[in-house]
Amino acid sequence: MEAEALVSGRSIAVAHVNDWRDWVRLLKPRVVSLVVFTGAIGLFLAPGHLHPVLAFTAILCIAVAAGAAGCLNMWWERDIDALMRRTARRPIPTGRIDPDDARAFGVTLAVASVVVMGLATNLCAAFVLAVSILFYVVVYTMWLKRRTPQNIVIGGAAGAFPPVIGWAAVTGSVDVMPLLMFLLVFFWTPPHFWSLSLYACEDYGRAGVPMLPVVAGPRETRRQIFFYTLPLAVVAVLPWALGYAGPVYGVTATVFSLLFCGFALRVLMDRQDMAGRSLGGDWPARRAFRFSLLYLVVLFAALGVDRLV
Amino acid sequence: MDNFPPRLSAAAAAELHRKQRGRNVAMMVVLGALAALFFAITLVKLARA
Repeated sequence: MEAEALVSGRSIAVAHVNDWRDWVRLLKPRVVSLVVFTGAIGLFLAPGHLHPVLAFTAILCIAVAAGAAGCLNMWWERDIDALMRRTARRPIPTGRIDPDDARAFGVTLAVASVVVMGLATNLCAAFVLAVSILFYVVVYTMWLKRRTPQNIVIGGAAGAFPPVIGWAAVTGSVDVMPLLMFLLVFFWTPPHFWSLSLYACEDYGRAGVPMLPVVAGPRETRRQIFFYTLPLAVVAVLPWALGYAGPVYGVTATVFSLLFCGFALRVLMDRQDMAGRSLGGDWPARRAFRFSLLYLVVLFAALGVDRLV
Repeated sequence: MDNFPPRLSAAAAAELHRKQRGRNVAMMVVLGALAALFFAITLVKLARA
């Protein structure tokens, strides 16, 4: 029989008692790293000056808020996480963290991040930060995700807020450039997630999540991936075309957007059976997914480099 | 209940102790860092006032 211990009045197998790493996993650290990067670039590009301590605090608040939103997402989705191979080993479905504890942890971090952001920088940044958390948790996680295959399209806005928050932390307002960065992440999200969902759609189907490949099939998903990369390419070069970024960004955005369109075209042209399922293990979708991560990092890095030169 | 409160073997008790200690240290680090951060923010704000 497995050794059990009394934890918070409950008898739990020692192997299922959480350690600090489980609490870190609740915050989805890999997602947070990308959010921090785009938020930091937004802060770096904004005109004006923010004391390094306050800039660090602003980025920390963005990271904690993203982690809190991820934690509340895991709390709400604990039932479907248990059904999907990719998420079944998360701390809540495995029983290492109690759902109520996770909810309390997420709410505490969310409130703290907004309050500290407001105290350290300004109310505008704190407001946008609060909106981003609510959008991800309430609009995307609780409302859209289980109801519509457009969940990623609309919900993608949640991940697009960080550069706007970074900008607002410095300026106290929202301008055209942060909105262009918002649009860049917004249009990047559907091809990014649909590429993943093409080869993870069995998981989503088992959990009853109406991701596009589950509802409309892989063939339609490939079409949508390709068609979303076209407005993405246009939006990507807009900062340069409108004079908000220089040639370093312009050339980088043009080249990488063309490459992304190429990857999306390969996804579209992937050899398929009659039902639209890939005959080659969905390798074009896997490559498009990996490239999409590189694409976003490179474009935001180019915006930063462009500011320096 | 025969085994309530649960009695642990030495190995299980050590494992439980290690996990609890790790959480406590992590909490101490986070609270210490938070205090240092608030102190730094206060200094910056006061310097600007």
